[in-house]
Amino acid sequence: MLEISNLHVKLEEEDKQILKGVDLSVGAGQVHAIMGPNGSGKSTLSYVLSGRDGYEVTEGGATLEGQDLLDMEPEERAAAGLFLAFQYPVEIPGVGNMTFLRTALNGQRRARGEEEVNAAEFLKLVRARAKELQISDEMLKRPVNVGFSGGEKKRNEILQMAVLEPKMCVMDETDSGLDVDAMKLVADGVNALRSEGRSFLVITHYQRLLDHIKPDVVHIMADGRIVKTGGPELALEVEKNGYADILEEVA
Amino acid sequence: MALAQPKIDLADALLARHATPAAGAKWAETARRSAAERLRAMGGPVRRDEYWKYTDPSSLTADVAPPAALMERDGTSIFSQVDRLTIVFVDGVIDLAQSDALALEGMTIEPLSDALGADIHWAQSVYGALETRGQDPVPRPLAALNTAVAGQGLAIHVTGKVEKPVSLVYLHNDVASDAVIHHVIRLDAGAEMTLLENGPAAARFNKCMEVDVADGARFHHVRAQGRDHERRAVTHMFARLGEESSFKSFTLTVNGVLTRNEAIIEFTGDNAHATVAGACAGDGTFHHDDTVFITHDAVNCESRQVYKKVLRNGATGAFQGKILVKAGAQKTDGYQISQGLLLDEESQFLAKPELEIYADDVACSHGSTVGAVDEDMLFYLTSRGVPRHAAQDMLVLAFLDEAIQEVEDEVLANAIRNRLGGWLERRSNSGL
Repeated sequence: MLEISNLHVKLEEEDKQILKGVDLSVGAGQVHAIMGPNGSGKSTLSYVLSGRDGYEVTEGGATLEGQDLLDMEPEERAAAGLFLAFQYPVEIPGVGNMTFLRTALNGQRRARGEEEVNAAEFLKLVRARAKELQISDEMLKRPVNVGFSGGEKKRNEILQMAVLEPKMCVMDETDSGLDVDAMKLVADGVNALRSEGRSFLVITHYQRLLDHIKPDVVHIMADGRIVKTGGPELALEVEKNGYADILEEVA
Repeated sequence: MALAQPKIDLADALLARHATPAAGAKWAETARRSAAERLRAMGGPVRRDEYWKYTDPSSLTADVAPPAALMERDGTSIFSQVDRLTIVFVDGVIDLAQSDALALEGMTIEPLSDALGADIHWAQSVYGALETRGQDPVPRPLAALNTAVAGQGLAIHVTGKVEKPVSLVYLHNDVASDAVIHHVIRLDAGAEMTLLENGPAAARFNKCMEVDVADGARFHHVRAQGRDHERRAVTHMFARLGEESSFKSFTLTVNGVLTRNEAIIEFTGDNAHATVAGACAGDGTFHHDDTVFITHDAVNCESRQVYKKVLRNGATGAFQGKILVKAGAQKTDGYQISQGLLLDEESQFLAKPELEIYADDVACSHGSTVGAVDEDMLFYLTSRGVPRHAAQDMLVLAFLDEAIQEVEDEVLANAIRNRLGGWLERRSNSGL
C-alpha cells in the first residue's frame, strides 16, 4: 500500500535535515505504529506524505499503491486515497462543517471520475457515521472545528475519515489531548474502519492508544530514521523502559 | 487659509459641466444655490486633499466621463427572488414605464423633481440639509455638487411599517453616461422600510442619499454595486438618527474601476443604533474606497462599522473610518473593524481608522488587519480533497461573510452570497 524508501527531507526555510533516510512498507490492511521521542521527525513524515508546504525532499521517495505521492498536490493525494488525521485540527471560521465535508468528498470523487453524491445521500451518510462517533447535529452545523473541545476535534477527524473512506490513513498523535473515554471512542471509530483494503499508520508517543488500536507492526523512530521494527511487544517495551534503552541498543 | 486657485476653478468647472435641472420651487432653488456656494467655498476635490489621499478623484471630476463598456448580463437581478417594489433608472434617469407604480402602503414615493417643484413639501427639511450637516468638519465637495445640480432621484416619505422592500435598479445602457441622482428619505416616528439598490448605474455615477430617521423608526438598506468593469461611482449617504431609531446599511461591491462610498451618520437622539457594513471583491484595476464618519452626539447609542475587502491582481482597497464622540455623548458603544484579504503581492489595502472622543464614559474599539489566505486552513481543506481554487474560494467567502452577517434578512444575505459565489466562479473559469 504505502512504500517509503530512503526518504530524506529538510526544512525549506533553514538548512536543517529532519528525515535522514526513512524506509517503511505498510501492506494492505495492516496497522503500523510509529513511536519515538520528541523531535524524531514523526510529524514531519506525516506532513511530507500529505503534501504540506515548507519541506524539501532531498532524496528518496514515497508511493501509494505504486503512484508517486510526492509529485502530487495535497488534493490529488487525498483523491488517491491518503488521509492525514491532524494532531492539531485547524479551526476554519465561516466554513460550515457539512459544506466542507461535502465539497471534499465530491472533489475526490470528481478527481477519480466517479459520480458526485447528492445532498440527500450525503446527509444520510454523514448522519449515520456521526451517530457512531457521538457527534451531534449541532456540531455538524457549526463551522469547521470552531468552538470544538480537543476531544470533539479528534472525533471530527475520525468522522471525516469515515465519510471519505481513504485507503491509507496516517494518524498524527490522534491520542494527544484526549481523556480515556474520548480515546476509546476514537479508537472504536478507527477499529470500525479497519478492513482488508485499508491501512493505518499510527503515530504516537504512548503505548496507551495501541491498547485500543492493535498494531501489526511497531517502528521506533529516532533522529530522522526508523531505528527498530518489531511486533506489538516493542510498544510495551517502550512503555516499560522508555526510549533510552532502545536507542542505546541501536547506537 | 485661502483656497488654492485650481480648487476654485475645479468647483466652477464642475458646476458649469452639468445641465441646470428643471426649475424647482423657491426653497429648492435656494437649496441648490447654497449648495453651489458651499462647493465654491470648499473647492473641488484634488489628490492633495487629506481626504483623497488614498483615492485619486481626477476621473470623477474630469470634464468628460471616461467611457465604460456594458457587461453582458444573464438578465437576472440579484434581488429577483425578493418580493419588492421596483423602480428603474436608466443611465440615471427614472424610467416609469419599466417601473412598478409608485405606490406602497405606509409610504409615498415621488420623483425628486415633483418634490422639489412643490411650494410646500416635507423634503425642504431634508434636501441639502443633512448633506450640509455632514460637511463639517470634513468637506465633501462631490456631495455639495450633487445637491446643486441633481434633477433625478426620489423623495420617499415613510409613515408606517412598509412590508415590501423598495428596490432601485440602476441600469447602464450608454457607455458614456454621466449620471447624478439624489434621494431624500424621511421616516416618521416608528416607521420602517427596507431599501434595495443594485446595478452599475452609469459610466460615471454621483449619487447622494439623505435619510432622516425619526424617533423609533427603522431603516434597512442593502446595496449591490456591480458589475460593469469600467464603471466609476462616488456615493454619499447622510443619515440623521433620532431617539431609539435604527439604521442598518450593507453594501456589496464587485467590479468597477473606481468606487468611493461615503457614509456620514449622526446620532441626535439617545439609545439609537447604526450599522454600516461592506464587502467587496476586487480584481485588477479595481479601486474601492469606503469612507465613514459617525458622530455620536447623544447618550447610549451604538454604532458598528464592519468592512471586508478581498483583493487580487493588483486591486486596491481603502478604508477611512472615524468615530467622533462629542462631549456629553456618554455610554457610547462604538465598534469599527476593517480587514483586507490580499490574494497576491500586487494588491494593496490602505486603512486609516480614527477615534476622536470627548466623553469619559464610552466604549470604543477599532481594529484593522491585512493579510493573505491562511496557509494552515488552505492545507487542511486541500488535504481532504478540496481542490485548491475551491478551498481558496471557501476561505474568501468565509472572510467576507463576517460583513454579510450584518444583513439581518436571510433572503437578502443569501442573495449577496450567491452573487459573490458567482463572481468567484466566473473568475475561476476565466482563469484569473
